[in-house]
Amino acid sequence: MSLENDSTVDERLKEESRVARLMKRPELGAVAGALLVAIFFMFTADGSMFTLSGIMNILSPAAQLGILAIAAALLMIGGEFDLSIGSMVAFAGLVFGFCVVNFDLPLIIAIPITLVFCAGVGAVNGQIVLRTGLPSFIVTLAFLFILRGLSLVGLKAATGGSTQLRGVRDAVAGDPLAPFFSGDAFQGFFQWAASMGWIDTFRSGLPKVPGIPVEIIWFLVLAGVATYVLLKTPAGNWIFAAGGDKTAASNSGVPVRKVKIALFMLTASCAALLAITQVLDAGSTDARRGFMKEFEAIIAAVIGGCLLTGGYGSAIGAFFGSIIFGMVVIGLTYTNIDQDWFQVFLGSMLLLAVIFNNAIRKRVTGER
Amino acid sequence: MSESILHMDNIEKHFGNVIALNGVSFDVKPGECHCLLGDNGAGKSTFIKTMSGVYRPSQGQIYMGGKPVQFGSPRDAMAAGIACVYQDLAMIPLMSVARNFFMGREPTKGKFLWKRFDTEHADEITMTEMKKMGINLRSADQAVGTLSGGERQTVAIARAVYFGAKVLILDEPTSALGVRQTSNVLATIDKVRDQGVGVVFISHNVRHALAVGDRFTVLNRGQTLGTAARGEITSDELQDLMAGGQELAQLEGSLGGTI
Ligand SMILES: Nc1ncnc2c1ncn2[C@@H]1O[C@H](COP(=O)(O)OP(=O)(O)O)[C@@H](O)[C@H]1O
Ligand SMILES: [Mg+2]
Repeated sequence: MSLENDSTVDERLKEESRVARLMKRPELGAVAGALLVAIFFMFTADGSMFTLSGIMNILSPAAQLGILAIAAALLMIGGEFDLSIGSMVAFAGLVFGFCVVNFDLPLIIAIPITLVFCAGVGAVNGQIVLRTGLPSFIVTLAFLFILRGLSLVGLKAATGGSTQLRGVRDAVAGDPLAPFFSGDAFQGFFQWAASMGWIDTFRSGLPKVPGIPVEIIWFLVLAGVATYVLLKTPAGNWIFAAGGDKTAASNSGVPVRKVKIALFMLTASCAALLAITQVLDAGSTDARRGFMKEFEAIIAAVIGGCLLTGGYGSAIGAFFGSIIFGMVVIGLTYTNIDQDWFQVFLGSMLLLAVIFNNAIRKRVTGER
Repeated sequence: MSESILHMDNIEKHFGNVIALNGVSFDVKPGECHCLLGDNGAGKSTFIKTMSGVYRPSQGQIYMGGKPVQFGSPRDAMAAGIACVYQDLAMIPLMSVARNFFMGREPTKGKFLWKRFDTEHADEITMTEMKKMGINLRSADQAVGTLSGGERQTVAIARAVYFGAKVLILDEPTSALGVRQTSNVLATIDKVRDQGVGVVFISHNVRHALAVGDRFTVLNRGQTLGTAARGEITSDELQDLMAGGQELAQLEGSLGGTI
């Protein structure tokens, strides 16, 4: 038996082109999908859809979903699901509304309380999943109902019988932190751009788009940070490893439990962040907030290339998945198409994405 | 005659009233490949798990560099320089070779908030370490799933050696491989040995063991039947010891010497 290893020159290996490498990125499907959807609406929708104000209209719901979807994507890559994030939005809204209205707390205290409280619930989710070894699908399905129910009961207790808690706007009026979580950012810049004649204005001279809705800024920042963490930090490698194979990961020294708990806390915190911006913008909170958002978030993450089995996916993909979602929701209103087609679209998109992802996975792993 | 790095003295391991190991002694020297042979159920896995800190011996003592040691966990053993490549390899197919290579031990650059995974450095080291073992990767971000079984085995071995293994334990690395891949893994073992690492090679295949082994120890029903150096023992004799002598002679009679 020869001990010489003769694989030093292997003629079967071809240099991989840049294109071939890009074709293997998990977000490929979402980017292609976003382009296709954009092209579709360019032909079918009213031209005003792609003006500055139309784009803000699209990005706003995209951002609201994206804040959840990016967190859901990280959790999915880490090998777990959280079906309770939609209910968590309502629950966080209750905690936040209760803090500012009933206790009259300033935002600098109310916001951290809300975030910490929700992260705590996320940690409980994670602990139960890890300790029982049950699928996170089941554990968080339980919390989907528990948190929704608690939100209803809590709202009635806080308001004396109503399922809506009002008075948030008055309670936070003048709070220095409010502009970071509600309204439009960069208003000065937009006014200046309007005065220079670069963007559309009303007859009064005010810009038609007063600024960038803050949730869009949060969405962009979150997408950037999540991508950086995933691809460029040890923690990112641990997330992929924990989701890919938790035994192999922990045998190699990856703190799998800590990673998973942290991810559950992150998804819950992102739900809380979304709740805070929504409640501040609406001036009230109600028990239906975030209804069905857990499914939309998971769909956006799957469209973005996340495998249901974990260990693979991208935050950028979830970003584009959310943009597709925003384009369709808003785009349909710019067409003559019945808006109820939206759900049909969502379901078909999910199915297509899952089939596509499976094919991609087989290519990446060379499975046959 | 060099000193042994690791010496296992009269190790016993009991699971309740099952005696899995009944007084096994074994040692490894730097730069040698010591094969541990035995049939299924002989106690090989139990023995190397004791060696790598998964189990504590019920009786007996482990010495490293002549000093008595106790491993509380695989982590302890790893810190002392004992690395174990299990059959499942602890590799994640969907992740790139470089990400697998450094899983749990990522090199970083930058400070505080900018402390980040030095992916270029990781890629570079992965390529050179794999080249040393005779495997030319297309690129370091090739997924492990695209590698053959033998190549994966080699990644796991290269990783252990890069992270400072003095003793490398391989649990049946060739049992699931074809002929060509087996010869690649055996070549890798040869390279690792040349770097001064002591290799413990577990197998139940006598031919694979004879191809690279310097010394051979046979386990049978939790006991050693002695250690022989290369050249002192033939394939038939090893085969015979593994089966516990008697039974094989009978079998051979009825099968006409085909084993
Ligand atoms: N955790 C355990 N509990 C009880 N018995 C065990 C355990 N591990 C191994 N054994 C027993 O010890 C003996 C040796 O097993 P093992 O070390 O796995 O053998 P090998 O790896 O050589 O096939 C077997 O009889 C097995 O049933
Ligand atoms: Mg075994």
